[in-house]
Amino acid sequence: MEKLVTLIPLFPLAGFLYITFFGKGLSKGFVGGVASGAILLSFITSCLVFSTQMHGAHPTVVKVFDWITAGTLNIDIAFLVDPLSSIYLLFITGVGFLIHVYSIGYMHDDEGFSRFMAYLNLFVFFMLILVLGDSYVTMFVGWEGVGVCSFMLIGFWYKDMKNNDAAKKAFIVNRIGDLGLILGMCILFAYTGTLKFDELFITGSSGSGMPDDVSTTIGILLFIGAMGKSAQIPLHTWLPDAMAGPTPVSALIHAATMVTAGIYMVARSSELFASSETASQVIVWAGILTSIMGATIALTQNDIKKVLAYSTVSQLGLMFVALGLGAYSTAVFHVITHAFFKALLFLGSGSVIHGMGGEQDIRRMGGLKKYMPTTHATFLIGTIAIAGVFPLAGFFSKDQILAVAFEENMLMFVLGSLVSAGTAFYMFRLYFLTFHGKFRGTHDQEHHLHESPKTMTIPLVVLAVLSIVGGFIGLPHKVGEAMHKHWHWLDHYLQDTVVMPMSDMSVSMEVWLMVLATVVALASIYYAWLKYKKRGELALEDNQIKSDTHKLLVNKYWFDEIYDRIIRKPVDVLGNALNKVVDPKIVDGFVEGIAKFSGEGGGLLRQIQTGHLFFYVLVFIIGLIALLLFI
Amino acid sequence: MELIKGITINHYLVFSAILFGMGAMGILYRRNAIIMFMCLELMLNAVNVTLVAFSKVWGQADAQVFVFFIMVVAAAEVAVGLAILMMLYRNLKTTDTDVLNKLKF
Repeated sequence: MEKLVTLIPLFPLAGFLYITFFGKGLSKGFVGGVASGAILLSFITSCLVFSTQMHGAHPTVVKVFDWITAGTLNIDIAFLVDPLSSIYLLFITGVGFLIHVYSIGYMHDDEGFSRFMAYLNLFVFFMLILVLGDSYVTMFVGWEGVGVCSFMLIGFWYKDMKNNDAAKKAFIVNRIGDLGLILGMCILFAYTGTLKFDELFITGSSGSGMPDDVSTTIGILLFIGAMGKSAQIPLHTWLPDAMAGPTPVSALIHAATMVTAGIYMVARSSELFASSETASQVIVWAGILTSIMGATIALTQNDIKKVLAYSTVSQLGLMFVALGLGAYSTAVFHVITHAFFKALLFLGSGSVIHGMGGEQDIRRMGGLKKYMPTTHATFLIGTIAIAGVFPLAGFFSKDQILAVAFEENMLMFVLGSLVSAGTAFYMFRLYFLTFHGKFRGTHDQEHHLHESPKTMTIPLVVLAVLSIVGGFIGLPHKVGEAMHKHWHWLDHYLQDTVVMPMSDMSVSMEVWLMVLATVVALASIYYAWLKYKKRGELALEDNQIKSDTHKLLVNKYWFDEIYDRIIRKPVDVLGNALNKVVDPKIVDGFVEGIAKFSGEGGGLLRQIQTGHLFFYVLVFIIGLIALLLFI
Repeated sequence: MELIKGITINHYLVFSAILFGMGAMGILYRRNAIIMFMCLELMLNAVNVTLVAFSKVWGQADAQVFVFFIMVVAAAEVAVGLAILMMLYRNLKTTDTDVLNKLKF
């Protein structure tokens, strides 16, 4: 059964190759069908593989072929099937399939339709390689592959220079993180002599043989890689800009799958991180700062996709808090529920943008409820899910993160609760401004408003259902145990794969925390309702913003400007200096010197070429005699 | 070592050296391109004589094979050279190498 796993990445690859090479004359419907069908086949295969794992099959490595053999370094292209990778498979292919179907509707009028579908398939291929790879190196292949696909998809509408800039930014910022990841892998190899997950974590024992400072260094370096991919401070600036890509891309790559690769990697290396207190602390702090930053910026953004982007950044921060506190399975839990509701919200926003004819500013929307009933209903479900209201998906996963924080680190609990309150507020602000009140767009836009086609609304409905029930795979420990022993299934399922925290919370404590979280969420929602629905306040226009804090948030804490000032400017100045002094004087001087030397040397030597045969022969013979004499 | 009674290898070498020197001098001092060509052949054949002589001394045929090669190459070279001289003469009405001094800076 495990052998089937090889097929999972092959389907999207085949889809990509087929569309790329033979997609020219095919109809859009057919291309869309091929692309979605490939992912559907992967999904079915993933379900089979997953079911064997769920019934307690041992983790298996399926080797495909030898890749690198150099000295003691042996890297195979091999797939590791274990609970962690199989559950990732399931939601990558599942959510991926829905987004492919959605794209058929969303991108239907785009001239690059088949190119788009091909890229999406290629992305899913690399994402599957990333989670299936049995070693850091194979994982890194997928890691870079999704980076390239992300680059191509952000800059998909390449005729607009802004999109290309965003694509380049995403790619370059990720390279900074990758450097950390590569260094981490090198040190890990130097100390353990292997980069295979099963040798490092499953059969062997890592960390124990390593000095503390080494595992801390490796942990932090690997985390720098995760920072780039999962958009944590200070490498988060690319993610909001990445919204330049088409909306399905934002849903698939920048919300549900690729950005969670960092969390996957840390969870995969949980033994390593668990053995280093310092590295874990770094992760917690980076996570909570990112989370607060994302949530506060999202309060003031007016672009529907930017709000969701910063919300993603904030949620990723929360996941890292969970990772840093040692609750690896909880982070994975939040990754899964987040994939459901954030994909739903992004696709919903895409549906709104589609209906609005490309408008993304929520100040130009309003009252869309009556024009787009399905989008409205599903978007509302997504909003409630992310706000953390019982019993939707987001509630359970976020509650579990907060519960862990409550036990481990009170400060994190308080800050995390504030972030959740903020999340509930900005999401409902977005919801009320978009779907309630009067329509604020132009007359043309109002005339054009329509519900999206079936290919777009059906994925929305499916994701909405998942957002409602998704949380039940991981009820809180003691509450779950009290109700039914399978109800904290996810922790059970992952317990041999990742390090598990010890929890000694009582049932009543867990219930109290759940009540508290719900109250916090409801209070924020009430405040948002009061402000934007009852009093009908609107988001301020840019020139109306007076307060300094508001300006700070609207301008995203000036991160881009600071980077511009401290990195780009000095590089510019240095470049100009080099251009003015070193390049013309030293580099050009050297090159031109060589040219001058040969020129003048040639001028001297050509005096010898008299054209008289007598002279040539004489020199020739003298030379010959000299040669003979010397030898 | 005598190759033919009373004639040793040294005779051949001296003969060949004289032949070679004559050829070299001819190339140096004559202006007529055809004469220079003949001198060139003289030098080549001087070398051939040495090769054949040594071949006989060491009792090995390799050198004689070289001689055939040299003769063939020389014949080919003469054919090309004479063709060039023909063209030169038709165009310039001379084969004097002092006149043919355009090949310089």
